Amino acid sequence: MTNSSLLTADNVTKAYGGVQALRGASFQLRAGEVHALVGENGAGKSTLVKIITGAVQADQGQITLDGQVISNNSPLAAKLFGIAAIYQQPALFPELTVMENIALGLEHKRAWRIDWRQHGRQAEELLARVGAKIDLQTCAGDLSMPQQQLVEIARALGADARTLVMDEPTSSLSEEETRNLFRVIGELRAQDAGIIYISHRLDELPLIADRVTVLRDGRTIETREMSKVDRHELIRLMVGRELSAVFPKKSVQPGETVLELHRLSSHATGVRDVSLTVQAGEILGLAGLVGSGRTELARTLFGLTPVDGGTVLLRGEPVGIKSPADAVRLGIAYLPEDRRRHGVILEMAISPNMTLAALDRLSRFGFLDFRQERRIAAAYAERLGIKTPSLRAAVATLSGGNQQKVALSRWLATKPSVLVLDEPTQGIDVGAKAEIHSLMVELAAQGLAILMISSELPEILGMSDRIAVMHAGTISGILDRAEATQAKVLALALG
Amino acid sequence: MKLNRYKREISAALAYAALLLLVGLVAPGFFSVANWHDLVMNNAPVLVVAVGMTLVVLCGHIDISVGSQFAVCSVAVAWLAKAGIPMPLLVPAAIVFGAMLGAVNGSLAARFKIPSIVVTLATMVAWRDGLRWITEGAWVQNLPVDFQWFGLGQVPGELLIVAASATVFGVFVWLLKNLWAGRAIYAVGSDAEAARLAGIEPGTVVFRVFVIMGALAGLAALLNAVRFAQVPGNSGLGLEMKAIAAVVVGGTAITGGRGSLVGTLIGVALLGTIGTALIFLGINPFWEKAIQGAVILAALASDVVLGRLSRQRI
Repeated sequence: MTNSSLLTADNVTKAYGGVQALRGASFQLRAGEVHALVGENGAGKSTLVKIITGAVQADQGQITLDGQVISNNSPLAAKLFGIAAIYQQPALFPELTVMENIALGLEHKRAWRIDWRQHGRQAEELLARVGAKIDLQTCAGDLSMPQQQLVEIARALGADARTLVMDEPTSSLSEEETRNLFRVIGELRAQDAGIIYISHRLDELPLIADRVTVLRDGRTIETREMSKVDRHELIRLMVGRELSAVFPKKSVQPGETVLELHRLSSHATGVRDVSLTVQAGEILGLAGLVGSGRTELARTLFGLTPVDGGTVLLRGEPVGIKSPADAVRLGIAYLPEDRRRHGVILEMAISPNMTLAALDRLSRFGFLDFRQERRIAAAYAERLGIKTPSLRAAVATLSGGNQQKVALSRWLATKPSVLVLDEPTQGIDVGAKAEIHSLMVELAAQGLAILMISSELPEILGMSDRIAVMHAGTISGILDRAEATQAKVLALALG
Repeated sequence: MKLNRYKREISAALAYAALLLLVGLVAPGFFSVANWHDLVMNNAPVLVVAVGMTLVVLCGHIDISVGSQFAVCSVAVAWLAKAGIPMPLLVPAAIVFGAMLGAVNGSLAARFKIPSIVVTLATMVAWRDGLRWITEGAWVQNLPVDFQWFGLGQVPGELLIVAASATVFGVFVWLLKNLWAGRAIYAVGSDAEAARLAGIEPGTVVFRVFVIMGALAGLAALLNAVRFAQVPGNSGLGLEMKAIAAVVVGGTAITGGRGSLVGTLIGVALLGTIGTALIFLGINPFWEKAIQGAVILAALASDVVLGRLSRQRI
């Protein structure tokens, strides 16, 4: 192992809108090392990787490669600098053959035509280097996930990549496939490549990583030798986000059990055997890492993905929910995660947006009651403090926080008994966030059962009566408000 | 605020006004009663089809088979008339027959999720060639007198045709605004997934809209057929383009979710007038299609420009 520095990120900052994703992250990758990057959701790992691969530009700070500062980074520039990234979901062209996919990464300067014979030879060599036995003429889409991953690595090698970023590469691999991947990574390391390895599987890090850097809240917390740190210590470094906001949580005496899931499974989305209860007046926090199945569980509950095992009970009665329309009728409301895409209809005015889910409630024989619609819209606009000159303005003209309030109004207008909130305060400003938190408390006090998905540990700890933690599609533990700590939640989330 | 919301309709109306002004200055003969009579009569059925097309485009789809539906319904009602079915029964027959054709499109597009352009391309060819095969290209002639009486030059019949088109237009304007189903059409066209998450079933909405489209194509076919002594097997050729163009020129977004029937009315008027206006302006009528194309491009371009301007204001 050499000690020369291959790539360094120096005090990098990046803000998306008002959200500060990186606040001075530094990182140093040596040639011939596997460097693990860990941190909880939103710690800034993906943003740092995107800056290194040129997908986004840093606001401040610099990336240095082989002692040379990369000023105008872009995906093309990064490729020329020999930086390649391999993501959780392989990014091959499924309709092209393996050879064509690899050839796309190869340099063919000055060539006026593609020399397929030479490409074939090169592709074979590259596949041999990663230890894959794959027919060059197979369509990439027909390959298994691990095979696709190997083809991607081969393509990266063909492009002379010396810096490889791997984002959760083992999340869908079996044990044996993981071992093979590690063998390939080991060989790349022996050939002096530098590998940035992102993983939530803390247990596999000692097997593969040389050093580990912990990010938290967009800052580099520490870089350690992998052999000198254990799982417990890593979790300790990852948590400890400061509890910046004071949460308005009030304790409510929970009423009857409103929602009960009994061994609920949805094969298509990986949700399996989820059992939990939510009582009237209770806020149940649903924690877990991104990809642990929280949103998938909510979507299954709302009839968006088919249930293929277990039961949903509302007030003790088993119910069948086959579509969102069913769910709405039964009094379940779901505020989706991707607000701009699905929570509101941007080009529609505010009042029709608010009443969209309750249209049958405010129409008689299918005819809309405009007076009632205006009354409902005005009432929620006032109650939630939506700042707009007119309720006829398109939702697109509102700020993110106000859009989220419109999305929430839409669901409150249906008078639900179960409210599922998926990342209710993601990407909105501090003021609107506090208002939404107060509203949640108020709604719980009125007897609503609230299931809140959040990737923000302080929000989970601050707002929930109980916390259910998900890992790999199922509940790995349920904590009471009193016993929950950041470290306990994270330990359950990591499995 | 309110004007801003209708800026697309207003710009189409201004374009129409400019056209009328130009023709009025150059050739005042354009404003003769006979000429306007022809314009209104020829475009009344187009308006009925364009109303349906507006709904289809608003919910994010397209129907290029309306011309063929129109032809099939024309021939069907003509045969029924010859078979002795009385006029009052032909109206529901045309509508139901059209609705059935629309249901074929609707179920393929909504239930099986085949893109509507592909579905309606297939049915366009299938209906048209099926009809040619059945009729062997022959026109339906010797229609019974009471069928023709209805519109063949007689004033009451013609008034009835215009009144029917105007009623369809007015009723749909009102329904689109006041029925929650109308709101659902806009929601599905803006963002089908968001609508689904709000408990609306996009498939059902799309299916019903295609059925309405077919029903209106059937009605339009009847309104057109009664004016002539015979029904050609190839009627309605190019009708889909007329309807879609009128919808787009009237300011409805081809991607769905935004637009109005009033805009479509202006679009039908503008595109329907251009051909005759050219003759009065002394321009070779062969230019008609080219100029219609230019108008459509201008409408789309102004849409992009207006969109950019309003985004800057935000």
